[in-house]
Parts: sequence; C-alpha cells; structure tokens
Amino acid sequence: MIPLSWYLILAAGLFTIGLFGVLARRNAVAILMSIELMLNAVILNLVAFWRYGQPVDISGQVFAIIVFAVAASEAAVGLALILSIYRRRSTVAAEDINMLKW
Amino acid sequence: MTAMQAVFLLLGLVTFISAVMVVVSPQLIHAGLWLVLTLAGVAGLFVLLEAPFLAVVQVVIYIGAIAILIIFAIMLTRRMLRDEGRQLNSLWAGALVVTLILYAVLVFLILQEPSLAAASQPIQAESSVLLADLGRALVDVDRFILPFEVASVLLLAALIGAIYVARPMMAGEDRERQE
Repeated sequence: MIPLSWYLILAAGLFTIGLFGVLARRNAVAILMSIELMLNAVILNLVAFWRYGQPVDISGQVFAIIVFAVAASEAAVGLALILSIYRRRSTVAAEDINMLKW
Repeated sequence: MTAMQAVFLLLGLVTFISAVMVVVSPQLIHAGLWLVLTLAGVAGLFVLLEAPFLAVVQVVIYIGAIAILIIFAIMLTRRMLRDEGRQLNSLWAGALVVTLILYAVLVFLILQEPSLAAASQPIQAESSVLLADLGRALVDVDRFILPFEVASVLLLAALIGAIYVARPMMAGEDRERQE
C-alpha cells in the first residue's frame, strides 16, 4: 500500500512550487494560479490525513469542502480585482500595481 | 511495488511536472492549461484516497469553474501579455533558493516523523456509508451546519463583491469621484 509520507511529500512539492510562483511570477493572473496550486496541496494534505487517521470521522472531508468554498470565493474576488485593475491601469504586471503605495 | 503504488507514482509524476510547467511556462494560456492537468492529477489522487465525492468536486469546481475562470481572465487581459518578454521578476533566483530549502526541510521533517512512517496502511472504511454520513454531517445541527452556513455566506458575499468590483465603469462614476 501507499505510505502516508508519499502523499505528504507530493503535497509539499505542490505547495513549494506554488510558493515559488507567487514569489517569482510577474503576472497577477499567474500569481493567482500559483495560489490555487498551494490551496490544492493543502486540500490533498487534509484528505490524506483524514484517510490515514480517522476515516470513520467525516470531519476531514468536511474541512476539505470548506477549503474548496474558500478557494472558489478567493478566485472570484481575485480575478475581479485583476480585471478591474486591468481596465483602469491597462496592466496586469504585479510590480506596476502600486496604487496603494505612497 | 504494488499496482496501487505504480498508479500513485504515475499520477504524482504527472501532477508534479504539470505544476512545474504552470509556474515556468512563458505563455500564460499554456500555464492555464497545465493548471487544468495538475488539478486533474490531484482529482485522481483523491480517487486513490477513496474520497470519490471530493474527486468529483475537484473536477466540477476546480477544473470546471476556477480553472476556466482563470483562462477567461487570461484571455481578457491578453493584450498586455504579448508585449512583455519576461514572465519572472528580478527576485526569481532568491525565490528559487528559498522554496528549494523549504522543500528540503519539509521532506526531511516528513521522513523523520516516526508516526508518519508507521501510517503505511489506510484504515478500512466503507466509502458509500461515509458519503451518506458526509451529506448528513453537513446539515446536522449538532455537527457541521454552522461552518457550512458560514461558508455559504462567505461564497455569496465574495460573488456579490466580485460583481461589484469587476463591473464596467459607469457614466456617473467620474462625477462621483470628482465630488
């Protein structure tokens, strides 16, 4: 059978790839995609711990579903902000978005 | 190596490589398509973990809604992307070092932890019974109805907020701003 640590190592890899994308990408939409990767790694971890821990107690899956809902709302708001900024400033490069800096 | 392990390694490899392609792909639309493949790989891992409902949710919500929304956003903001040559910012080398160190530390800790090494066998459970229990748990007053409702309100507020933020600029808005 598959050891739990394999899932955790894969999820850690997904998370760090997403972290690299958030830190290094210039395009705001690409940063949002990397955040989705990180959230997916978290969900994978939650489900793996649920499966190998106490599968009779369903709370692990409920937790994962709540994270799904949060990820969906995060994507909707993030993309709306990016589209709004694009409409006003004609850019999606993260370093050009400095309206809150002074 | 059993068949399950081979399937896991295959799925894991597909997920990992496509996740790397999401981050390094110079064409943003290709990155979006690689993201779809990554999410599909994670859905396959959910099937391996005997969480079929979550696998379906992953396909419907992540691939069907979030990834398609992201691809739409890429297309709507496309004019700028072709002009820019660089896709990575000037700090990418430092980010690479930091994330590699973080990954090494995480893998080291996971391999160190004795309780994780002991958990090599998933606990047997009937997945159809679990699915019925999941449905009941989400609307049971004594269990998860409060987080469920809070998540619903959060989703509703986020969607209304998204519509408000992304709406086209109205004619009257400039007047509002000048006041």
